[in-house]
Amino acid sequence: MMTSSPPARQEFLAGLKAELPIAVGVIPFGLIYGVLALAAGLPPLLALAMSSIVFAGSAQFIGAQLIGIGTPGAVIVLTTFVVNLRHALYSTSLAPQMKHLPRRWQLLLAYLLTDEAYAMTMLRYQQDREDAAANKHYYFLAAGLFLWTTWQLSTAVGIFLGTQVPSSWQLDFTLALTFIGLVIPTLKDKPHIAAAVTAGLVALLTYSWDYKLGLIAAAVSGIVVGVSLERVNHG
Amino acid sequence: MTLLLTILLMGLVTYAIRLGPILFFSQREMPELLRRALRYVPTAVLTAIIVPDVLLPGGELALSLMNMRLVAGVAAALIAWRTHNVFWTIAVGMAVLWLGNWVVDL
Repeated sequence: MMTSSPPARQEFLAGLKAELPIAVGVIPFGLIYGVLALAAGLPPLLALAMSSIVFAGSAQFIGAQLIGIGTPGAVIVLTTFVVNLRHALYSTSLAPQMKHLPRRWQLLLAYLLTDEAYAMTMLRYQQDREDAAANKHYYFLAAGLFLWTTWQLSTAVGIFLGTQVPSSWQLDFTLALTFIGLVIPTLKDKPHIAAAVTAGLVALLTYSWDYKLGLIAAAVSGIVVGVSLERVNHG
Repeated sequence: MTLLLTILLMGLVTYAIRLGPILFFSQREMPELLRRALRYVPTAVLTAIIVPDVLLPGGELALSLMNMRLVAGVAAALIAWRTHNVFWTIAVGMAVLWLGNWVVDL
């Protein structure tokens, strides 16, 4: 049965709508980063520049603090590499459906690939795969741009106004809640449930590891368990 | 190394990580095993991010009912399971969190 892909505009609007709760959840992080970066002694314009040059929250947090204590540049760059390695996982998982895109789309979307944009986009990409993935990149673009804009604005406000959302509001928890909302529907069979349980346990065990290596270990463990169980089921 | 140079290199490295696999696999067929493994990335990654956030609020394991993030997280998971609706998951989760914290503070 042939179903046509939703038009680009519809995909774009869907991406904006889907990303909204995540963008809201990211605001407190942006504000905190701004304040932190200044406290670490970064010149305000450089602190702001990091949000567009690097555009990676955890790397910016860690980078700002390392800069503040006078860490050599080479070490900071290496740390950034390790902290952001998980993005290679995201990129790899999206790659098959991005093959057909013009190079400039690939270049732009890669720049926008953060945890938060990935979470929404990947779930969209996993839907109706039999269709030509024709316009899903508009969904990705919308999610990515929305997140990017929110990040630039909230980090700027944090830097130049020193504003912080009262931490008692715990607005950052909306991020975890969004991810819960996204992950539960994926637990539709035993391999997925096992993958989640494994990833959760390993994440707890490796929590004290530096550089988000625990996250990578947890993700890889979950993936290995998931795909292994799948093979057991299907031979 | 000047600060600006450091930041530029951070950006370059980050972009390379994000772009690399996309370019690499645009020319090549992905091995079947890898393709099947990648279907578990969202589940594994999202869980790996959620679980410490909910169970280790201050860096210490907090499995009790006093951990409102845990209570709110469980409530949210139930809503997500029943409704598959992200908006209600967040709304209920935050409501439980705030209400719970208010009650605990009484």
